[in-house]
Amino acid sequence: MSRRARLMLFGGSAVGLAIVLVLGLRGLPGFGDYHGVYGRVLSGIGVTERHATDVVTALNFDFRGFDTLGEEFILFGSVLGVVLILREMRDEHEQPSQAEAEEHRFAGPSEALAALAIGLVPGMIALGVYIVVHGQLTPGGGFQGGIVLASGPLAIFLAGGYLRLKLSSPHTLIEIADAVGAAGYALVGLGGLVFVGVFFKNFLPFGIPGHLLSAGQMDIASVAVGFEVNGAFLVAWSEFLDQTILVTRGSGS
Amino acid sequence: MSFLPYAVAAWLFVIGLYGIVSSRHLVRTILSLTVVQSATYVVLIAVGYVKGGQAPIFADIPAVSKTVDPVVQVLVLTDVVIEATVTALLLALAVQAHKRFGSLDPSELRALRR
Repeated sequence: MSRRARLMLFGGSAVGLAIVLVLGLRGLPGFGDYHGVYGRVLSGIGVTERHATDVVTALNFDFRGFDTLGEEFILFGSVLGVVLILREMRDEHEQPSQAEAEEHRFAGPSEALAALAIGLVPGMIALGVYIVVHGQLTPGGGFQGGIVLASGPLAIFLAGGYLRLKLSSPHTLIEIADAVGAAGYALVGLGGLVFVGVFFKNFLPFGIPGHLLSAGQMDIASVAVGFEVNGAFLVAWSEFLDQTILVTRGSGS
Repeated sequence: MSFLPYAVAAWLFVIGLYGIVSSRHLVRTILSLTVVQSATYVVLIAVGYVKGGQAPIFADIPAVSKTVDPVVQVLVLTDVVIEATVTALLLALAVQAHKRFGSLDPSELRALRR
């Protein structure tokens, strides 16, 4: 189909779609006028029944814990997919020995950027850990903190050393973090099954609302998800970076 | 004005689709898809908004405060994770497409041309 025909077909369908969208969206409750009971009930019992001051995390790791298991394995599965798609092809090979030379293909960071990036790393890791472990108290949790944690090694990449990044988070290590996190979250659910008879039912003491060790299983679930997200994103990123930096086609060169 | 957030969502959805249809570069196609998906965030967040409601974080507000709906916020979190994974997978496919066809222009992908 020619580009022109394609755009004209799109134009026609877009008008139809717009009409359907407007009709559909008009059926929604007015902005600011929502009366869903489920959310209101959960907002009310997040603190009293789960001792978690962040109701979003309480939903994520407790009320909807089972859904999060699915979400987590979507992440796990799709990172596996990335690894599989970007595997070493028959006529390719990775050349770590030449990588040092390959790094000169990039202009390289200025010293100011390198210093800034390296200086940011400890702060990023501290912030990431803070967000992961305080998920049940304030906005945050395993997903958000895991991403912040994964940004630390990425800053090392910015600072100029992909090989140093490989040293700071070797592939096996981040793959293990990915797997351990995914398995750990499933184990939290199994803990509920073993100790109180229901999958993903809380089996730990709730503690005092607002304390670091409160809200039962949420803290452990959050840490497990933090590991998984951190590992998953680092695996995906390093696969992409390998493609640009390490993988060469054909023999030699 | 209460329809405005939904109008924004509908606009993001359609403009993202236009980006996909008109794209001459696969990375741009993938980014357009993320624009389409961001329409869903706007819809979800807008649906759950309660006038005068606070964030459902009870760390520093009384337990009886009126809050916005936390359920849709969790759904948006899921949505963001899905978007990240879909984007990663599509970008990986784009890398392989570039290796095979030497181009990222969708109309240059020989396997798709008939």
